[in-house]
Amino acid sequence: MKKLIVFAVAICFSTVMSAQKIVIKGSDTVLPLSQKEAETYMKKNAGKSVTVVGGGSGVGISALLDNSTDIAMSSRKIKMDERMKLQDAGRAFKEVIIANDALSVIVNPTNKVGKLTREQLEGIFTGKIKNWKEVGGDDMQIIVYSRETSSGTYEFFKEHVMNRKNYASSVLNMPATGAIIQSVSQTKGAIGYVGLAYMNKEVKDIAVSYDKGKTYVNASVEAARNKTYPIVRPLYYYYPTSKEASVKTFIDYVLSPEGQEIVNKVGYISLK
Amino acid sequence: MKRKFKQFTEKLIEGLLLISGSLTSITVLLIVIFLFKEGLGLFTTSPMENKNVIVVNKLNPVEHLTAGQIKKIFDQEITNWKDLGGKNDTILLFTINDLSNYFSEEEIGENFEYLPEKLNSIVDSIPNLLAVYTDKYLVKELKGKIVKVDKNNIPDFILGREWFPTAEPAVQLGVLPLILGTLLVSIFAILFALPIGIATSIYMAEVANERVRKILKPIIELLAGIPSVVYGFFGLIVIVPLIHDTFNLPVGETALAGSIVLAIMALPTIITVSEDAIRNTPRSMKEASLALGANRWQTIHRVVLPYSMSGITAAAILGIGRAIGETMAVLMVTGNAAVMPHSLLQPVRTIPATIAAELGEAPQGGVHYQALFALGCILFILTLLINIWVEYVSSKQKFKK
Repeated sequence: MKKLIVFAVAICFSTVMSAQKIVIKGSDTVLPLSQKEAETYMKKNAGKSVTVVGGGSGVGISALLDNSTDIAMSSRKIKMDERMKLQDAGRAFKEVIIANDALSVIVNPTNKVGKLTREQLEGIFTGKIKNWKEVGGDDMQIIVYSRETSSGTYEFFKEHVMNRKNYASSVLNMPATGAIIQSVSQTKGAIGYVGLAYMNKEVKDIAVSYDKGKTYVNASVEAARNKTYPIVRPLYYYYPTSKEASVKTFIDYVLSPEGQEIVNKVGYISLK
Repeated sequence: MKRKFKQFTEKLIEGLLLISGSLTSITVLLIVIFLFKEGLGLFTTSPMENKNVIVVNKLNPVEHLTAGQIKKIFDQEITNWKDLGGKNDTILLFTINDLSNYFSEEEIGENFEYLPEKLNSIVDSIPNLLAVYTDKYLVKELKGKIVKVDKNNIPDFILGREWFPTAEPAVQLGVLPLILGTLLVSIFAILFALPIGIATSIYMAEVANERVRKILKPIIELLAGIPSVVYGFFGLIVIVPLIHDTFNLPVGETALAGSIVLAIMALPTIITVSEDAIRNTPRSMKEASLALGANRWQTIHRVVLPYSMSGITAAAILGIGRAIGETMAVLMVTGNAAVMPHSLLQPVRTIPATIAAELGEAPQGGVHYQALFALGCILFILTLLINIWVEYVSSKQKFKK
């Protein structure tokens, strides 16, 4: 009899647990933010469990497709063909912007060049501009560092800065943001891009102009929030409409003032 | 009773051993089959991602495009139809992402039900259009014309020089720079590691006294136990700046950095295998040499080394095998630019690094995914050849005995 009661309790308990378990999968850029949000959320709501898994924006969205995640995090907007695949599978989904992220363009601190236009950046990353003297610097070869093709940052930069043109094949692909900073700080002619949160004193950031050189803006949290800095991207959560009930409380928490405070702490830009 | 039980356990253990042996072989075989099935699938697909097709106006004379031309069009290097054998008119690109510039959401319909018709009309009405969309949205009475694109084929794959696996809408899959990069880094790693490795193994087997050997041996074995990420990090922080400053290069992430890191990583293999080979020299041969009046160095040079030569060769080849397959450390220090390698002092991209860096985001079953598996096949064939070579060299050694 006693055993039976324990068994019944165990079953009840496990069903309750599974009902309140949320899995979040996707972008490595959003990963640290989701992790921090999940930690504080679980501390405040005992018994609820949020599991955060990385892998990349595309991984998260395809997990949405095969139903292996409750929320997909993404550092880019869902692509048209991904939307169509979800459509075909009969999965309605919703999109929430949870924070913004700015990309800084960085160079070695010894570099004289302090500002570039979007067109110049496009030229540099597509390989048309090869020497710093072409953009007002010293006679020195430009060494371009980029993230791996798998990164959402890579796609975002291609879309927003390079006008969807392909990177030059001579671009050096680094496996992580930390590696880009390390390499740019020790290579004189280097240029690269990193999330604003990763900026440090070992590299210099470049003021960017999107109006052909009339105004140049340096990346900063304020400039990104009031939209004067152009290279800003939203960070997204995607979730199936069918699971709205179970994920709603967590997403509401992320969007609450307290959750947005965490956004700023992690180094991204809160929505308000 | 007891005897029967003993017999039974013996049979049981025998059975278990058989099962685990056959399971291992089957697993290995299945992995190889899986690898080649996924990899060879590449050559039956078109370089267009997601079953996309290129549709142009019916009056457009262009019938046929290559993947290279498509990339140039989308990079806006080719902007006029006359460069492709068409009329003198600018190319107007249209992808599904431009849809909102032409139609409102209502016109397309909530579930895209009117989309095929809309796409058909746009192709019909704009003469200089080049539209790319999924074949699912083709209608039966197509008013435009589908432009043919060559399928991926083995010669283009192996000899192609451009690696743009995520280029849209047509990917560029040329792996020659990756193959050459892998071989360059690995071969130079062995050239660096071999002299040091052989010297160390001779020292340990013939010269060092027992006490020194007892200290050295575990240290070298420890070298094999360090995770490769740690080697990579060490390479990025120490070796890359060192190369950058020494050769006064614009960039320190080079094939040379990869070779040096791999040389350090291959050392334990080379030292252990060649030390064993040297130790296998029969005592009688060495003593005969010494008895004839040869000193220690003459004995090492004339008797021990020739005797263990095939063992040392096997060590070198195993070292190359280790170097070719190494992923993480190389990914971190070689810069990963997919360009044809011309010298050691230049960034290169290797096959394992490419697979590791890109597989995470490649959509399952897509062209990029299959291309990475095809790269895996090439790597497998390379290491298989190396293993066969080792077998051949080692068998020669046995014959000599």
